[in-house]
Amino acid sequence: MISFLDFEKPIAELEARIAELRTTAESGQLDLAAEIDKLEKKSAALLKGTYGKLSPWQKTQVARHPQRPHFLDYVRLMFTDFIPLAGDRRFGEDEAILGGPARLNGRKVMLIGHEKGNDTASRLKHNFGMGKPEGYRKAIRLMEMAGKFGLPVVTLVDTAGAFPGVEAEERGQSEAIARATEACLSLPVPMVAAIVGEGGSGGAVAIASAERVLMLEHAVYSVISPEGASSILWRTPEKAADAAEAMKVTAQDLLALRVIDRIVPEPLGGAHRDAGAAAAALSSAIGEELDGLTGLSADELTERREERFLRIGRL
Amino acid sequence: MGSDRVDPTAQKNMASQGMSWITKVRNSLGSLGKRDTPDNLWVKCPGCQEMVFTQAWQDNLSVCPRCAYHGRIGAQARFSQVLDPGFAILTAPSVPENPLNFRDSKKYSDRLKAARAANPYPDALTAAEGAIDGQPVVLAVQDFAFMGGSMGMAVGEAFVRAVERAIERRCGFVMFTAAGGARMQEGILSLMQMPKTTVALRRLSRAGLPYLVVLTDPTTGGVTASYAMLGDVHIAEPGALIGFAGQRVIRDTIREKLPEGFQRAEYLREHGMVDLVVDRHELKATLARLLDYLTRKDVA
Ligand SMILES: [Zn+2]
Repeated sequence: MISFLDFEKPIAELEARIAELRTTAESGQLDLAAEIDKLEKKSAALLKGTYGKLSPWQKTQVARHPQRPHFLDYVRLMFTDFIPLAGDRRFGEDEAILGGPARLNGRKVMLIGHEKGNDTASRLKHNFGMGKPEGYRKAIRLMEMAGKFGLPVVTLVDTAGAFPGVEAEERGQSEAIARATEACLSLPVPMVAAIVGEGGSGGAVAIASAERVLMLEHAVYSVISPEGASSILWRTPEKAADAAEAMKVTAQDLLALRVIDRIVPEPLGGAHRDAGAAAAALSSAIGEELDGLTGLSADELTERREERFLRIGRL
Repeated sequence: MGSDRVDPTAQKNMASQGMSWITKVRNSLGSLGKRDTPDNLWVKCPGCQEMVFTQAWQDNLSVCPRCAYHGRIGAQARFSQVLDPGFAILTAPSVPENPLNFRDSKKYSDRLKAARAANPYPDALTAAEGAIDGQPVVLAVQDFAFMGGSMGMAVGEAFVRAVERAIERRCGFVMFTAAGGARMQEGILSLMQMPKTTVALRRLSRAGLPYLVVLTDPTTGGVTASYAMLGDVHIAEPGALIGFAGQRVIRDTIREKLPEGFQRAEYLREHGMVDLVVDRHELKATLARLLDYLTRKDVA
């Protein structure tokens, strides 16, 4: 059962009507096939129309959809033989950031990403995908391991932001993020990052400073949440939609700004309507990007990464 | 300065400095009587709320002579306090302006114009090359007075240029940080300054040159989570607010009272994120000593 977003209300109403007709049809008294077919076509057209012109704020809601596939869904759908490795060897284990070696269509990679969880228990376990210093330090450890053993690094980015809490500050959230960003930039192996849901500020950059950065079609990536920008710049929480628009948070805007390199199309109506199709598209896109980086030396890779970020802000 | 903001070591440092600055303040107080600029004759100390003669305040490096509160100062004051005479300001780079055509309640381009009218430099980061006690250095200062010191493309590019200049001159790089965070009006382009500045620091590090960070009040957000935390040595000014997340955001998340002294310089030192909390009067000498230790003669 799909949960509908506010702006999907007309689609939800049509779908409810279709379900009703189906129940009636199953009771066998009326032949409603033609009517159902008509409504289904109408619903599909409405879905296509709606998703063809999502506003930045609507995309933000799609990116945060509770049923949107998350890290562990992608592990299940597009990777094999994942060995999750735990701990930063300094303080503890952080389940908001998961990682370990895995195979993508047989190719060995080091997979790292944020996991938000998909029900109350798992959301608490994964702290809603908001990493703490130990999570970022685990990511550093895994990146260094990848460099040592020649595994390309693939990251799946999906976080509202790094965890804003007292212990996170005490243990050096800033330092952990800064060093994780540096670890990305230092990798002697290829790195491909994919923003699959929310790319929330420094907590995202820390594992997204790659030479190739992809975004799912309806993912968002921004310096601050639209709500946060609204309350700081407009001094009201009500202008989130305007803030999302003004900050240019969508994959389409970021491709135009050359902050990302490629958009991975989502199935009609968003990744949450067909996680398998979303994963298949992501798998082939990441595979192609890794193919494109094969054979480059460590120096060539770090230089590409450096130039990619140095040019941002140059005339 | 509320006494909660006074670092005991800083107070001790102040005491151990002997009478020189106190004498200096007294002297300037004496000479102030003749001045006839009543509007800015006094400064109200944000720490102890006492009125202090402006001249006394400035003569004491904008540190309160009564409670040692470290006031916020801009690039010009830093350069003259820390660098030897004869330093040169680096030209500010040109960067794309208002690339997102951003407007909230005001246009970003108007906010920029207003900030430029009110400040001596075209954006929030200004760098200079010179020397500290004879040791060559490139020094950059982020100015909180310019749009909260926020990091946008101009800050990022000026940072990168300053680091490149240090590499060219084969000298150390000293960065005075101060920022509320990233420049939201530049959206994702401001966020990208985190990896961008980190690229420059990797190059400095590969060149074997030292990077000293001085964290000043306040240093928060994306600035803290990038170049502010990548120094070979982290120095903080007493009482400076330093953190990743804002205190209101943290309070809203955990819904409890924040610990005493949370996110202050002394707290960061206690938690292993800052090497030294240094009184402004000792800053120049401390930087000079560190640069001396960390400059390899075989590299130069
Ligand atoms: Zn005072």
